[in-house]
Amino acid sequence: MPAGTLYRGREGMWSWVAHRVTGVLIFFFLFVHVLDTALVRVSPEDYDKVVATYKTPIVALLEYGLVAAILFHALNGLRVIAVDFWSKGPRYQKQMLWSVLGVWIILMAGALYPVLGHAARVLFGS
Amino acid sequence: MSTSEINLTGSSADAAEDAYTLSLDAPRSRTRTKKTPRSTRGNFEMAAWLFMRLSGIVLVVLVLGHLLIQLVLDGGVSKIGFAFVAGRWASPFWQVWDLAMLWLAMLHGANGLRTVINDYAERVNTRLWLKGLLYTATVFTILLGTLVIFTFDPNIR
Ligand code: HEM
Ligand code: HEM
Repeated sequence: MPAGTLYRGREGMWSWVAHRVTGVLIFFFLFVHVLDTALVRVSPEDYDKVVATYKTPIVALLEYGLVAAILFHALNGLRVIAVDFWSKGPRYQKQMLWSVLGVWIILMAGALYPVLGHAARVLFGS
Repeated sequence: MSTSEINLTGSSADAAEDAYTLSLDAPRSRTRTKKTPRSTRGNFEMAAWLFMRLSGIVLVVLVLGHLLIQLVLDGGVSKIGFAFVAGRWASPFWQVWDLAMLWLAMLHGANGLRTVINDYAERVNTRLWLKGLLYTATVFTILLGTLVIFTFDPNIR
């Protein structure tokens, strides 16, 4: 926020802040992601060595965080689009925000096992 | 009010009425000088606004599909490796998928970051540097990613 602002918004402002933070995070991830994928042009061994680190429990947690960021940004992005283009969008923006959060929680629960399951097996044995 | 002139009345100085006549310019029609930012940027901002929304809709399919394939289906991350990538990029369908995802996500993200820089970097020089850095990194990443998809060689070793 520009320094000194007195604006203290409500849900609308916080969803905007979260949309912005997640968007920036995803962009930085993508930059690194294209670099690591480029290793397939160096050698299979180098690529596999780097990808091996993605299978460790700590990085699995980061991947879960990335999924969280993308799911929120995608769902809330659709809400922003609906507010802009759907004639009743502005009237239902708040309901749509709660729907976004609801769907987000469901999808995050669904991603729990697929994304973190292998990490749990590494940590606690299978 | 239909006039852009406001007469301050009620004063006892009828004789000097002219001295109390305030002339206000209509809003946003300040006199242009050399320092006035040019607003003749065409419809670029409008196009950028629309692009964010259209690319966003397409990215929902491309990116969420990508995450589903890479992190959820068929063993999640554990299956990823050179052989897996070779298998995927043997198909033009996934090459085009990844290419579209690369271009759209990078342009969408870069345009988003441009907005963020415009919002927070208040000094002209800071802005210029940050945007220079952003555009350089964006062009570099798009070119590198495109090159990697088109020159991928499964028999590199
Ligand atoms: C942690 C989650 C992710 C994993 C494990 C992953 C994995 C991969 C893999 C294995 C490839 C190689 C090609 C292929 O199999 O399609 C790839 C390429 C790619 N991924 Fe991801 N990905 C992830 C997240 C993302 C996200 C969130 C984005 C977009 C914002 C993205 C964008 C891309 C792009 C653009 C390419 C092509 C790169 C190039 O042109 O060199 N990925 N990813
Ligand atoms: C998954 C599908 C996506 C959807 C539906 C989506 C939607 C949107 C929309 C509608 C906006 C404009 C918000 C506004 O004008 O107020 C936006 C902004 C933004 N997006 Fe996305 N986006 C998606 C993916 C991505 C990806 C992959 C990245 C990063 C590479 C990204 C980075 C950004 C950034 C940095 C902004 C600017 C935020 C701001 O100005 O506050 N988005 N997104």
